Formats: sequence, structure tokens, C-alpha cells
Amino acid sequence: MPTTRTEQKLRCYHCGETATSTHIHIEEKIFCCDGCKMVYEILNEHALCNYYSLNDKPGINQRARQGGDKFAFLDDPDIETKLISFTDGQQTHVTFYLPQMHCSSCLYLLENLNRLETGVISCKVNFTRKEADIVFTRSATSLRKVAEILTAIGYEPYISLQDITAKRPSINKTMVYQLGIAGFCFGNIMLMSFPEYLGIDASEEGLRGIFRWLNFGLAIPVFLYSALPFYESSYKSLRHKFLNIDAPIALAILITFIRSAYEVIAGTGGGYFDSMTGIVFFMLAGRIIQDRTYRQLSFERDYRSYFPLAVTVLKDKQGKPTLLPNIKPGDELLIHSQELIPADGILTRGKAFIDYSFVTGESMPVLKEVGELVYAGGKQTEGNIELLVVKEVAQSYLTKLWNREEFKEKEENPTSFVHLLSRYFTYIVLAIALATGIYWQFTDPARLWPAVSSVFIIACPCALLLSNSFTNGNILQILGRNRFYLRNAEIIERFAGIDQVVFDKTGTLTVPDEEVLEYHGKPLNRKQEEWLAAVASQSTHPLSRALAKHIYAPTGLEVTDLKEIPGKGLEAGVEGNRIRIGSAEFVNGSSVSEKNTRICFSINENFSGYYEVSNFYRHDLESLISSMKKDHEIAILSGDNDQEKDHLRKLLGPGSTILFNQKPEDKLEYIRQLQRQGKKVMMIGDGLNDAGALKQSDVGIAVSGQVNNFTPSSDAIIAAAELGRLPRFIRLCKANRNIVMASFVLSIAYNIIGLMFAVQGDLSPLVAAILMPSSSLSILLLTFGSSSLMARLLGMK
Amino acid sequence: MSVILILLIASISVAAIFLFAFLWSVKTGQFEDDFSPASRILFDDKPGTEG
Repeated sequence: MPTTRTEQKLRCYHCGETATSTHIHIEEKIFCCDGCKMVYEILNEHALCNYYSLNDKPGINQRARQGGDKFAFLDDPDIETKLISFTDGQQTHVTFYLPQMHCSSCLYLLENLNRLETGVISCKVNFTRKEADIVFTRSATSLRKVAEILTAIGYEPYISLQDITAKRPSINKTMVYQLGIAGFCFGNIMLMSFPEYLGIDASEEGLRGIFRWLNFGLAIPVFLYSALPFYESSYKSLRHKFLNIDAPIALAILITFIRSAYEVIAGTGGGYFDSMTGIVFFMLAGRIIQDRTYRQLSFERDYRSYFPLAVTVLKDKQGKPTLLPNIKPGDELLIHSQELIPADGILTRGKAFIDYSFVTGESMPVLKEVGELVYAGGKQTEGNIELLVVKEVAQSYLTKLWNREEFKEKEENPTSFVHLLSRYFTYIVLAIALATGIYWQFTDPARLWPAVSSVFIIACPCALLLSNSFTNGNILQILGRNRFYLRNAEIIERFAGIDQVVFDKTGTLTVPDEEVLEYHGKPLNRKQEEWLAAVASQSTHPLSRALAKHIYAPTGLEVTDLKEIPGKGLEAGVEGNRIRIGSAEFVNGSSVSEKNTRICFSINENFSGYYEVSNFYRHDLESLISSMKKDHEIAILSGDNDQEKDHLRKLLGPGSTILFNQKPEDKLEYIRQLQRQGKKVMMIGDGLNDAGALKQSDVGIAVSGQVNNFTPSSDAIIAAAELGRLPRFIRLCKANRNIVMASFVLSIAYNIIGLMFAVQGDLSPLVAAILMPSSSLSILLLTFGSSSLMARLLGMK
Repeated sequence: MSVILILLIASISVAAIFLFAFLWSVKTGQFEDDFSPASRILFDDKPGTEG
């Protein structure tokens, strides 16, 4: 057998995935499924095959195509008006979010959408946001048709209730404007301060005045406009009786400006406009770097963005698309194959074969008969079903988790150590200012105000803010490059306190849609294996697919007389042999209930063996667990049965907790219990079933094979392939505090030099002008350098 | 002295032009998508035209 395994695997021409047979092909080009082939045909017909030459196998796998009238709800005028951004009755503009977009081929194809659909006038792609602005003529096409053609070529628009009720936040451009203006003013003021510092001839007194007044004029926009974020933030913090780092900064800006303005008007000096605009510029830059978010990702998704927007409600045998919130108990729903079940209901027609893996963590689809209760969140995998709604969408078993009261209020004050540090710093500065004031009051009252104001000017904690925001910004960026995305900079600090790590099993420790098959029974010859593969590749059931992939025999044997019985198995003839593949009950009538998943088969009524299916664990798991075990306690929660208990026990070692058959609320409750014991919990999960636990935990990390797909609301998203490097990422986050502290100490050294001048009342603008930028720049270099070096040492890009 | 004044006016107005160019480019969203324009230029048949 090993000789046959080494043959070159066939790759789908469209999506590049392994093709299990050579059945589906056009000329030389082989496809893994009919969906991929169909996309190729569409593109070929419209002379868009450039798509394939721009990138190698750029397509999106089309195996799980949704049929039917999924987008029928877009014909509803109410829904349509909510989605479109502009229409004049004919020409209509709409923006679709297309998460599948990933390369320049996608761009090419999408921007040529007008060639595929006649009514489309133009389609402009914003790649960073993964959005397409589409303009179409209403008389020639419709919103539904546009959505359908996008789906047909593999870019299904992602439309969710959440997107309709709340628009995606646009980038904050105001701060960029403020930065631009601050930079302009800072540069010019610095230039025009040179004559003052270098000394102007007494004969050119008038010229000096001009320079000073120009500086004054240029500082006004910085003072009134660019520094606004600092005023706002400090005002907010004072109103909450919480002294944050922005308060002393705003105070320093205010005092510097007033004192400088006074000097210019009184003609006694040039003021410190260059220092003031400089710090505003640097601090704004730091903020922007720190706040740079991943616009294409969403950390706030709840069940509403996972569920469809509308579903077909049957009334008098007529299907009518209805918005999800309008579904009431007693409604009859029609669920198509591959559609999600949006509300708890009783199955009234058809055979439900439901994939709950994302909801409960069970790895295999479950069969439900008429009359059984079906929970919301599962995905119907084969055939259409009808069900009678028993609970509203928001009251369903799964969605109730989100509507818990405690999640709505959980938003406390930011408790970053930087704010605490700045508070001590502020007290010290106030004390120094007070002492300086008292001293000069008794010795030389004329120098009192110059001295006190200089203390505030020089000792503003801007260095602390700078080091914090630049370190955070750089760490966020490094992590993002390594496909670990944090919601915001605040999360970085939270990693430091974690002492308990909780993993979900299905989809987190295991790879979804990948199984390990092990054969038990009489040895098979290659021919027999090929027969099995040929039959198995006819079915879309995950186990059949796994079998076809395991045997891997793309011989293209002809399969005749195929019968598929949902939930049981399939039967077909190959080269004159009857092959049955399926459950033990289906294949040989025995009804042994095994907790392990098995694929049984018979060839010509001869039951010769079975394949045992187990989860495919991520390969870097052992090193992940062992390095996490050093600093944290570890637990595994699984929604699945305890089939793999032994394996997990071996992985974790004795003493750690492994719990099976955990419902979503059990997971949430487990986390809460740990927190009550005073533990800081990090939860790592992937599905809707983990969403409650992710939210409850101190740091919730969502694992995702495709970062742009649905991920439950969380603090961080990690690409599944990078999970093994998580301990390193956490180490980098923990380094954050040391780096900030180190640069803070450095800045204090600068401050002490400056303060020596300041308390004596003769801080010259020149000293300030040298100290301020050099302290800012050295902090920038230190923070960037050390965090990048740290990342390099930890082996990151 | 008057020469310096002229130079001052000239330098500030040149800088102001660049400031406005920057503000304009931010406003029109030129920094929002750094991938599409760079790839778009490489397509042989221009998007949006029958080819």
C-alpha cells in the first residue's frame, strides 16, 4: 500500500484542495467538487480566466454550497432599504462585506462583476475592509440577484442583523487631521525658534518679534484643536473622580501655552511653543499607533451575526422570508439544506441531520426524527426540513446565553498600571511645585510663577504616556503580523495576571473537519480500497469525505445505483460489487451502541471490518500544553463525549481537570467558579458554545481557521495555525510592563535634569527645546527597539 | 530684513500646501486601502471594460 500512497495528490484547479477523484473535470483541469467546477464554467464563459493566472488556485472551496432561496429575503423592500446606502429609484448603491476576499485575483474578479451580471454598473473593492461598493440598475437586476451572483462565484456577502442595526465603525480620521496639523505647526515653530536660540542681533529687534508672534499664531491650532483628545479624556476622567494620565498632561499643555503666550505678549521671551507642540505631536502619533485596530476583524460578534438575517416561514403552504426577530412561537419554518436553525423548534417534516459542532462541541452530525426538539444554532446538512417554532429567537437555548444581564454591565474603568503610575508621578510633581513655590515666596516672589510653571512644563508625564502607547502599538503590530489579533492595547496588560488556562476541545485542540481513521479488521487489498473510496466520494457526509480522503484513490471508477440513506449510510455498485458504507446497524444489522465513531462497510454482504474515527489533534499541541503548564493551571472543557479521555489525560498529565459533555452554560459556570476562587482565567475556544465562557473569562481568545469568518465575541483572535506559538505571544505581552518601566526610568532621568533648572526659575526655552524632543526620541527608540528585539528573540516575524 | 519676510511667507505657504494635500488625501480615503490600487494597476484587461 505505501507505494500507492506516494502518488502526486490531485489538486482542485479552482481552490487547490485535494480532489478525491478525477470524476469532475473539464479537459485537463480537475475539480474537487461540482461547485468549484461551476465557478470555473461561469468565469470561462465570461472570459475572466485571468483569475487563475494572477494567482495559483485562488478560488474558494465550493463544497458546502447553499442552494435554494437563501437570499430571497433581499426582495423584501424593508430589508432592502436598510441595506442600501443610496438609491435614486434606478441607480442603487450597496456595500457588501465579502469575507472570502483574499488576493488580487479576488479583486480582479469582483471589479469585473459587471461582466457577469448585466445590471451591475460598477463594483469597487476596498481590500483592507473586505468590502465591495456595488452600483447597479434596479430595472436590470436586483439586490438579491447581485448577492446571488456573488455567492455563485464564491464570495458570499456576509449580511447579518448586527450589521443592519449597527453600522461598522469608520476609522477615526479626526485624530489623523489633528496629527497632521500638529506636525505642521511643530515643524514650523521649531524652524522659527532657531533665530531666538542662536541669538539675533539687537539691531533686528523687529524681526525677533515677528518670529515670536508667528510661533504664537502657529501654536494656537495645536492648543485649540490638536490637543483636544487630551482635554476630553482628562475631563471625562475627572468627572468619574479618577485621575488618569491625561489629566496632568492637559494641565501641562495649558500652563505651557498660557505662560508662553504671556511671555510673547509682554515681550519678555519666546515661550515654549516648540516644546508644547512637540509633545502634542508625539503623543498623538503614539495614540494613533496604539489605536490602530484591525478594521477587517470584528471582536464584538454575537449570535446575531452567526445566524441568518431571515428565514422562510411557511404560511398556507407559501414560503415567505421573514426577519429573524419577527419569528414567533407557532410559526412553521422551512430550513433548507446547509441552513442554520434559527430558533428552538419541533421537527415536523423531513429527517434532520444536524451538525452541532459549532454550538455544542459535538464533533459528528446528529440525526433527529419528526417530533423531536431541535435546538437553534445547528446546521441542517442534508435535505430540507420543516419545524414548528417553540421559542423566540432571543429566548432560545443558545441565544439566552447572550441576553444575560451580567454581560450588559461588565464595563469597568481601565485599570492600566500606567494610570496608577502617573498618579504617583502627579503627586510628586505637585509636591515639588509646592515646595518650589514656598521657597521663592520667601526669597524672591518675582521668580515664583516662572519657577512653578516651569516645574509643570518639564515634569509632564508625557514620557510615560509615550512609552506606553508606543510599546503597546508596536506589540500589537508584531502580534498582528504573527496572526494573533488583540482587540485593543488594554488586553496586553491583562495577560500578565493570568494563572489559569481553560481550553475548549472541539475545534480548538482538534482541527475541525479533519479526522484520523484507523482500520480494524481483515486486511484489504488496493482494489477493495478503491471501491470504498469511489462510493464514499459520492457523498457529502463528513465521514464519507474523511474516508475518501483517507484511502485517496482518485481512479474515477464508475459508481452505479447509488442510494444514500441520511443518518445511516450509502449503498452502491462498483465494478459489479455491492458496497455498503455506514453505521454498524446499517451495514450488518447489529445495533451495538459504541461511543467511538466508526465507519463500517461491507463488500457483497461480507462485513470485513471498520474504520475507527478519532479527532485530529493539532500537531503542536504537546509543546503548547507543556509550556503553558509551567506558569498556569490547565483545564479542558469539551462538549463532546469522553471517547478521547485517555488521550487527553496523557497530554495534560495527572492532576489537571478534564470535563466532558459540557453545555455552553456549564462552561460559563466553570469559569465563574474559578474566578470566585480568585483566579484570573484565560479561555481559549472557537465556537458559539464557548462564547459565554469567552466573555466571562478575563482574557477570551477565539481560535479561528479563517480569521475573517465568524468568531464569537472575544478579546483576541488567533489564527488556528499559530496556536502553538501562543506561549511566546503571551511572553511578549508580559514584557510590555518591563519595557514601559525601563523607558519611564529613563524619562525620569531627563526630568530630573530639567527640574534642576526649573526649580531655580531659569528654565530657558533652549533647554526645554533640547530636553523634550531628545527624551521623546530616546523613549521611542528604546520602546520600539526593545519590543522588536524581544519579539525577534521569541522567534516572531 | 524684507528678504527674510518674503522667505518666511514662501516657506510657510509651501508647507501649508503640503499640509492641505495631506488633509485632502486623508479625507478622500487614500490611506484606507493600500492593496487594491497597487494590484489594480497590474491587470491587463482593465476592470469595468468589456474585454
